Amino acid sequence: MKYLILIYSNPKSREIWEGFSDAQRAEGWAFYAALTEDLAVSGELIVSEALADPSLAKRVSVRDGRAMSSDGPFAEVKEHLAGFFLLECESFDRALEHAARVPEASLGLVEVRPVLDLGGPDM
Amino acid sequence: MSTATEVEGLLRDLAPQVLGALVRHYGGFDTCEDAVQEALLAAAVQWPTDGVPANPTGWLITVASRRRIELWRNETARRRREETAAALAPPDPEPVPAVDDTLTLLLLCCHPALTPVSQVALTLRAVGGLSTAEIARAFLVPEATVAQRISRAKQRIKASGADFRMPPQAERSERIAAVLRVLYLIFNEGYTASSGSALLRVELTTEAIRLTRQLRGRLPGDGEVAGLLALMLLTDARRPARTRPDGALVPLAEQDRRQWDAWAIAEGVTLITETLASAPIGPYQLQAAIAAVHDEAARAEDTDWRQILGLYELLHIIAPGPMVTLNRIVAVAMVHGPQAGLRQLAVAEADPALAGHHRVDAVRAHLLDIAGDQEAARAHYRLAARRTLSVPERRYLESRAAQVAPPSRA
Repeated sequence: MKYLILIYSNPKSREIWEGFSDAQRAEGWAFYAALTEDLAVSGELIVSEALADPSLAKRVSVRDGRAMSSDGPFAEVKEHLAGFFLLECESFDRALEHAARVPEASLGLVEVRPVLDLGGPDM
Repeated sequence: MSTATEVEGLLRDLAPQVLGALVRHYGGFDTCEDAVQEALLAAAVQWPTDGVPANPTGWLITVASRRRIELWRNETARRRREETAAALAPPDPEPVPAVDDTLTLLLLCCHPALTPVSQVALTLRAVGGLSTAEIARAFLVPEATVAQRISRAKQRIKASGADFRMPPQAERSERIAAVLRVLYLIFNEGYTASSGSALLRVELTTEAIRLTRQLRGRLPGDGEVAGLLALMLLTDARRPARTRPDGALVPLAEQDRRQWDAWAIAEGVTLITETLASAPIGPYQLQAAIAAVHDEAARAEDTDWRQILGLYELLHIIAPGPMVTLNRIVAVAMVHGPQAGLRQLAVAEADPALAGHHRVDAVRAHLLDIAGDQEAARAHYRLAARRTLSVPERRYLESRAAQVAPPSRA
């Protein structure tokens, strides 16, 4: 089963991150690198990405068949999606175990969502 | 000249023999497996144009041995080790190995130190002769993920100290049970795939059936191996009718039974009938027997639900599980009416494995529908649709909810 680990950012987590020394931030990056490496080695990682700042987001809308984009209202949003891991795990519990290693989990900013499967059982 | 498809079939059959010959001669499952994989890829490119060599097994053993020496040299150069003559001489490619290593290989690939996904990937590559890319496409994951699973699995086998030999008799039945689980996982992955993406996928059901046939050839007296093969044949026989061209699922009761594969059903029925008469009973045999009862009914309304209920009662005793419980309840409802089924469902729901499970809602919706309580049926179909993790199942449940007659506006 595939699971998506969503990592959110909020003013508190940003404040903590910005208050870090360079060494502490380097440690933070190293922690993420180690987690990603472990997941790759176990064969469970499908993809992981960190997202650019929401101020760079654009919202797309189609009106009368024409696509328009505008700067998203997301810059104003307090809590936003900052990155994700797409994993393939044996069980939900296993995905939760990995999610608990994400540093933001200590701030309650990590969510795990099961991914829908394309297979269908017998009815 | 042979077609690429014919060559592919031949290569898959030869893969375990070639790998067995190499591992037997050199030891070191890890490197041998990589070398065989490369020899298979080379053959898949060359044979369709150059023709199949007179001794295909010998050709593969020679090419794989050469490749293994290169891999081995790279590795030893890194470790600054001396080469030994024994490691360089290729095994005699003639005659074709008399020892059959398929069973030993299957048991090694399904080693208990590995996770199920790794067992599946390694089995398909080392015994099935599939490439990493084919396995990745079949399971809809990136190639790198599969490659990592395989290399990780091989490291684990090495670390566990497992040898390339038959496990002791005392462990054997448990180890064979693990192989059956892996083969059934492969089958189910292929069987449940929706039709759209199937075009790009290796036919995993065909591959699972082929490997199970090979296993049965090695263990003809094992009732559960025969039971699993029969179950696969009897289930796969319904595949042409289980989805509509647009990928929508068709429930068993509504399938066009003329589309079922009569040959596969005949083979499966004969196999399970003979096995039930001669071998100790087991869960795969019971599931095959249930599938046989369904397949033997010319119309859904001809289904012998009493017999199915009896088989589920047995299965419930020897291999209980949440899905067995639910399927048994459906059979209860078909024999004793929907109210009897609903009563048992209310009791079964107390099991933590079933509490909140979408299948409970789906079964309840179905039984309420039969009982004529359409409003409640619709609500439970919708609840089940929201909770399922399968796209086609959600689509099916949403459509059932929409089909239940709308509430009267009186």
